[in-house]
Amino acid sequence: MRRSTIVLLSIFVLALAAATFLYVRSATIAVLDPAGPVALAEKNIIITATFLCALVVVPVFFLLFFFAWKYRADSPQAQQSHKPDWDHDSILAEVIWWLVPAVIIAILGVIAWNSSHALDPYRPLESDVATIPIDVVALDWKWLFIYPQQGIASVNLVEFPAGTPVHFYLTADAPMNTFWIPQLAGQVMVMPGMTTQLNLAASKTGDFNGFSGNISGKGFSGMAFTARAVDQQTFNTWIASIKASSTPLTQEAYIMLAAPSEYNPVAYYDLAEPNLFGAIESTYMNPGSAMPQVSQGMTVTP
Amino acid sequence: MNWQTLIFGNLSWSVLPENAIAWFGALTVIAGVLAVVGVVTYLGRWQWLWDEWFTSLDPKKIGVMYIVVALVMLVRGGSDALLMRAQQATSVGDSYGILTSTHFQEIFSAHGSIMIFFLAMGFMFGLINLIVPLQIGSRDVAFPFLNSLSFWLFFAGAALINCSLIFGDFSTAGWLAYPPLSELRYSPTSGVDYWIWSLQIGGLGSLLSGVNFFATIVKMRTKGMNWMRLPMFSWTVLGSMTLVIFAFPILTVTLALLYLDRTAGMHFFTAELGGNMMMYVNLIWAWGHPEVYILILPAFGVFSEVVPVFSGKKLAGYTSMVFSVWAIVVLSFIVWLHHFFTMGAGADVNAFFGIMTAVIAVPTGVKIFNWLFTMYRGRIRFESPMLWFMGFVVLFTLGGVAGVVMAEPPADYQLHNSLFLVAHFHTMIVSGVLFGYFAGLTFWFPKIFGFKMNEKWGIRAFWFWLIGFILAFGPLYLLGFEGATRRLDHYSSSLGWQPLFIVAGIGAISIAIGFSCQVAQLVATFRDYKRNRVGNDPWDGRTLEWSVASPAPSYNFAALPIVHSRDEFWEEKHGASTQEQKFEDFSMPKNTGAAVIVSSFVFLLGFGAVWHIWWLVIAALLGATIAVLVHVFNEDSEYAVSGAQLAHREAGLQYPTSL
Repeated sequence: MRRSTIVLLSIFVLALAAATFLYVRSATIAVLDPAGPVALAEKNIIITATFLCALVVVPVFFLLFFFAWKYRADSPQAQQSHKPDWDHDSILAEVIWWLVPAVIIAILGVIAWNSSHALDPYRPLESDVATIPIDVVALDWKWLFIYPQQGIASVNLVEFPAGTPVHFYLTADAPMNTFWIPQLAGQVMVMPGMTTQLNLAASKTGDFNGFSGNISGKGFSGMAFTARAVDQQTFNTWIASIKASSTPLTQEAYIMLAAPSEYNPVAYYDLAEPNLFGAIESTYMNPGSAMPQVSQGMTVTP
Repeated sequence: MNWQTLIFGNLSWSVLPENAIAWFGALTVIAGVLAVVGVVTYLGRWQWLWDEWFTSLDPKKIGVMYIVVALVMLVRGGSDALLMRAQQATSVGDSYGILTSTHFQEIFSAHGSIMIFFLAMGFMFGLINLIVPLQIGSRDVAFPFLNSLSFWLFFAGAALINCSLIFGDFSTAGWLAYPPLSELRYSPTSGVDYWIWSLQIGGLGSLLSGVNFFATIVKMRTKGMNWMRLPMFSWTVLGSMTLVIFAFPILTVTLALLYLDRTAGMHFFTAELGGNMMMYVNLIWAWGHPEVYILILPAFGVFSEVVPVFSGKKLAGYTSMVFSVWAIVVLSFIVWLHHFFTMGAGADVNAFFGIMTAVIAVPTGVKIFNWLFTMYRGRIRFESPMLWFMGFVVLFTLGGVAGVVMAEPPADYQLHNSLFLVAHFHTMIVSGVLFGYFAGLTFWFPKIFGFKMNEKWGIRAFWFWLIGFILAFGPLYLLGFEGATRRLDHYSSSLGWQPLFIVAGIGAISIAIGFSCQVAQLVATFRDYKRNRVGNDPWDGRTLEWSVASPAPSYNFAALPIVHSRDEFWEEKHGASTQEQKFEDFSMPKNTGAAVIVSSFVFLLGFGAVWHIWWLVIAALLGATIAVLVHVFNEDSEYAVSGAQLAHREAGLQYPTSL
């Protein structure tokens, strides 16, 4: 390898590192900028695991470039030190090669076990404040949020008080999606005929982006939503205003809403059918049951 | 059912492409095929192609054909990648880019399917065919006809998937076609059927190849080559083929069930009527995760040959290497659930699969140490195979870290199906698998053709690939952290993602330039072949393949070698071992066109099944069966080679070594 190549490569790596550093400092990196306890714990696991891995990666990189330089064919040293039969097929060396990564992985294994239990998405958060349940339905191609206790529903915007644990129950009346609010909590799959759960809380007020991570058809890119954490007072006012002035979400209104449509604006409903979520779930669950037939390809603007 | 449906199934004029870009794709395929046909006809080479290549049962020639098809598929999959990068760099805010969302979804589905099944698998089987028989001191594979059939089935699958560019559409459900999106209710066109049948046919070829090379390595090693003398590439291939044998039947069944869902009104995986979509997801990953190791193990094998040769040293820790291969083989079957930690399976299940996933990093890490200590006190020549290795270690280690991080289930909740994941698996597949195969191709090319590949263009290709890869996938890691999920054809401008997507696009262009360098490399290689001609041992090799002439004769070894040590040829060169050449009579398989005929029928069967042309399915099945039977009852399938005659010829065939 020529000296000029090495210089050029070093410049490239440094420039890349500098650009990345500047970018990370200026941009909002959602996963690394958590706004709730769940996302914070998940971020910490990512950071811990990365640093543990670095214990292997740094020596590997050092040895790689050190050996590559020191034992390159055109270096005078390589001629002297060349030991063609050195294969280090000794028990001790092999034990070390296995042991070093194994110890790190053992530590990571313990973390995996503990964190899987501590951060089980189904596990309700511990808090003095009463948890708010919110039902979520993935539709083609929008999110429907149903507030069973408050008796309202909304599309593509979910609002809840900051500091209050939220317990999401999720199902779909559409192909599979995932429900993800990177600043608040990781994903859980959303499937028709099944209900999954996700617990999270926001520790501060603000608007957080929500996404779907699983391709669900033509309008999939529009499966984005806003999660809005507000103070309790604002939340109460929000509920009251929706109850006062929104169209009722009846069975018929739901069928209209569930018809495929893309890039839906935010919409609010007064929940007229209290058992809507259960009905959606069970249309798929009961073998042989007739489903609400919604013609494919029909586009409805809510 | 009217007569039109009876004859043409679901085919009609409306299946032709719908927009300009799709037409461009279709016309490119048609023009490409016409150009090849035209050139071959003009040169009058059909007879030669048929006699010397299409009907050949010589694994080296089959290997070359595999790699040619794989590289053509790389062009297809790469064009898809460029279109995706163009779309994501431009489709932001009020702009919706150059593709419709449906077309974009077809493109990423095709990109993944083609790159895995028809680039990576094809390239892998190509290299295996080229070198495994030579490396284990065998004249042929265990089942020569089956080998030819495997290739032609692979070719039929590749042809079928590209038919979707002209007739009809392709699946929009991603490269693994999760139901219920891939079910008839949400994907009513024939796109998913194209996906099912091209994978089914290509997968059948892979399964047969797996059986073949497993048997070859187990049964056909030359005298003296006991297990602990088996060259490392052959070890990794044995591991990989074991995985093929266990994993591919799962794929076959899963695809068949999905097709029954779509065609016969079954409900294995539908959302309604008792179907279970997560059963599909489990099944497809029970194949899909081993598949990753099927591809990567032979790449590890390539590096385990390249590093010792270019360091002029024995492989350090051979025993560790063997054990790590088998640790990976076993573990790769108990990690599949990490592809869907987000399913909500519960903490115990997630923790188990998370730990297993982390554990599989141990044998992989061991391998990296083995290669590094092979370099220690070596005399390292940085020719292009070694450069690919250097690039591989850097990128693969970083990609591996990303993998270990995602093995922690709660971390995966945040990274699942984000662009971070996309960047992770591209790091493993491109810098692991593809860099390894490029190194292997450069390394073994002279053994097959008798001349080296052009080194200057090879090095240029390496740098463009490396820099391009970093620029294309570095931003995707960051975008994943910013919440960008995979497969988005459009995003809001307020997210601020566009600059990174543009950088990724620049990276993709650099990779395209890297690939162009490789095309230039091939042109220069064949143009200057006289100048680049080499002897039997151009790299100062260590294993048996370097002991025979370059290009290797069709029968590989005039006299079967007897192995006394691990690096037999190296020991011979250094006087530690000698070969007593004993020429015996043997027989070799005759060329046969049966595999071409069988696979043509299978292609028609696939096409019929895609378009529901049932008479064609039945006729093609009948044709394929008859063609197989005719071949099976053909007794005249071998010819005798005289040992005495070969002994005479060998004396004149010896080339001086170049080193």
